[in-house]
Amino acid sequence: MSGAQLRAVRVSGASLTRVDPLGAVLVAAGAAALLFLPFVVFKSNRIVPGDPRSLIQVLPAWGAFGCAALLAMSALAALWVTDARVRLMLALAGIAAVALAAAAAGDALTPPGDRIVRIAPGGAFWVLMVCLGLFATDATTRLKPGPAVRVLFLAASLALAGVALAHGTFDHLSVMREYAVNAERFAREARQHLKLAFGSLAAAALIGLPLGVLCHRAPRLRPAVLTTLNVIQTIPAIALFGILMAPLGALAAAVPLADRLGIRGIGAAPAVVALFLYSLLPIVANTVAGLKRVSRAAVEAAHGMGMTSWQVLTKVELVLALPVILTGVRVVLVQNIGMVTVAALIGGGGLGAFVFQGIGQTAIDLVLLGAIPIVTLAFSAALTLDALVEVLDRVKA
Amino acid sequence: MIAVENLSKRYGETTVVDGVSLTVERHSITAIVGTSGSGKSTLLRMINRLVEPTSGRVLIDGRDTRAEPAYLLRRRIGYVIQGHGLFPHRTVAENIATVPRLLGWNERRIGARVRELLEVFALDPATYAGALPHQLSGGQQQRVGVARALAAEPLVLLMDEPFGALDPIIRAKAQDDLLDIQRRFGTTVVLVTHDMDEAFRLGSKVAVMSGGRLLQCDRPAVLLTRPADPFVSRLTGLADRAMRLLSLVTAGEAALPGASDGPAVAPTTSLREVLSELVWSGADSARVIDVDGTVRGRLTVAAILARGRP
Ligand SMILES: Nc1ncnc2c1ncn2[C@@H]1O[C@H](COP(=O)(O)OP(=O)(O)O)[C@@H](O)[C@H]1O
Ligand SMILES: [Mg+2]
Repeated sequence: MSGAQLRAVRVSGASLTRVDPLGAVLVAAGAAALLFLPFVVFKSNRIVPGDPRSLIQVLPAWGAFGCAALLAMSALAALWVTDARVRLMLALAGIAAVALAAAAAGDALTPPGDRIVRIAPGGAFWVLMVCLGLFATDATTRLKPGPAVRVLFLAASLALAGVALAHGTFDHLSVMREYAVNAERFAREARQHLKLAFGSLAAAALIGLPLGVLCHRAPRLRPAVLTTLNVIQTIPAIALFGILMAPLGALAAAVPLADRLGIRGIGAAPAVVALFLYSLLPIVANTVAGLKRVSRAAVEAAHGMGMTSWQVLTKVELVLALPVILTGVRVVLVQNIGMVTVAALIGGGGLGAFVFQGIGQTAIDLVLLGAIPIVTLAFSAALTLDALVEVLDRVKA
Repeated sequence: MIAVENLSKRYGETTVVDGVSLTVERHSITAIVGTSGSGKSTLLRMINRLVEPTSGRVLIDGRDTRAEPAYLLRRRIGYVIQGHGLFPHRTVAENIATVPRLLGWNERRIGARVRELLEVFALDPATYAGALPHQLSGGQQQRVGVARALAAEPLVLLMDEPFGALDPIIRAKAQDDLLDIQRRFGTTVVLVTHDMDEAFRLGSKVAVMSGGRLLQCDRPAVLLTRPADPFVSRLTGLADRAMRLLSLVTAGEAALPGASDGPAVAPTTSLREVLSELVWSGADSARVIDVDGTVRGRLTVAAILARGRP
């Protein structure tokens, strides 16, 4: 068949015969999950294995019908609709429907006043969320939204989720049950998590930026510094904590002030130091790469105009290198938000505390109480910094 | 006036600029020519101390350039490089305002100066003041580069192959502009180029460098008629030295009394162009006539040819 004929067939059959390949996979996975996996799991307390319940079993008839109808529309859109805006809207509608169905299931299955039973989202819920999430992401990518729109979209989604949580929409689901029990500690660990992630980033920026500038100015220093930082990067986190325990412990023993400041072999200190060390490579390497990218002619002209070395650095070189440096900051921030989790193992606190405690007690809901905010934080940080880099990069294309 | 006294620059064992002495008259253009690697840029960059000399000194209006910190010296000296070196993150207006800002001019004065320069360089302020460098054509970028160098009214302008990246037509226009600007502001210009035509066209004096040494610095005609070194005549070109010489003299300067019924030429036309015109039209002489119609005299082929010999 010739190319023209092929095209003709495609055009004429476009509306019905051409199925979106990604859509097909997602719809198949979602449908299979709904058929074969429980939508929620009913547990008489937090650690016993539960009874699977399907969507139809847990919702009143009209609710199940409404949810199914919305999901069917999402599926149709995923398969055949080409307009990315329609796809995105139906993906979001699907996500909302699944979330609200889970919330309603929680409300329906919890005996009034009961605090012991746990209604946990089941396999079908998670598979559907992942499929719809991918569907929404794909639609968003096709729309190619600008950086401002992306950040606004993120903010709106977070705000909506926040309102639903504050309103108590999900209060009967198991994760929120764990939250209700741990609310005060959750706030503390979340603060600690942010403190560790941003603190080690700030320290790495404070040291890494000048170190990067130095490596740029003194090329002979560059291989040694970058190799050292590369080697540090290859040490597994747990091993690095172990390595740091001995010297920091000795420091605490020898210097009472250090001990009083909380610098000890275990706790937050080795975690911050380890994260700081991991963070150095992306910051230094990106600073060097960013500065290298700056037009030599612009730097020469800046000196020739009579800028001082400091002015050349701050007003020309660093400004022009900023998008690349920020890309390094993005890597570090996302990496740190994830790795702080492990700090809980050595008593550093953070949301990882819930994760490991949950693993210890085989209480999966507690694991989720730690993990969901961590993933959300990392995702938000990545999206925001990506948008920032894009804005800065566009200014001076 | 710039006095370069016995200036040398060594990097380790290699001497890049070797005992150069040179005076640059106030309000003149001096072109430095030479093969690539002969030390032209290094010599130029020692004037504004982007390169610190190993020995020797530079005086500007009798004052040693080392009498103040290098960055303060540079704010009083314009500097233009090949590929313009505009700041890509700053608008045209901000680029031009660089040195006035460093000098702490007030915003009103900076704004007025930026507008004046944009107009001098035929860049409509409404369109170009807020544009970013990458939105301009090569020729416009180069003009902004020169405008930026002139912003704080420097008495001295250093240019390192400023037109090297331009195509021939835009380059010729940029050279004319430079001559206009230099006359208008009375700036003392030192210009590095490896293009002999450019050096002869712009330079009231041409300095020839080779292997870090200054071989000769003289008026273009002297370079052609009394080269101090075989290398000078090789660089200026033996084959077309007569034509080069003719291109240095204008019809107005060479016109002799008398009438002619040949083609009319303006007094600013070079003898080279007049000769070409005569060859083309088959006439033996040309009339030299002002724009207002005043006859300035005539030029015969023989008179022109006589000017093409030492
Ligand atoms: N910073 C430097 N270190 C070592 N050698 C240099 C340096 N700068 C220039 N040179 C050498 O000095 C010579 C003259 O350079 P330059 O003044 O740029 O020549 P030109 O401008 O005439 O082409 C070249 O051989 C160049 O390699
Ligand atoms: Mg050069």
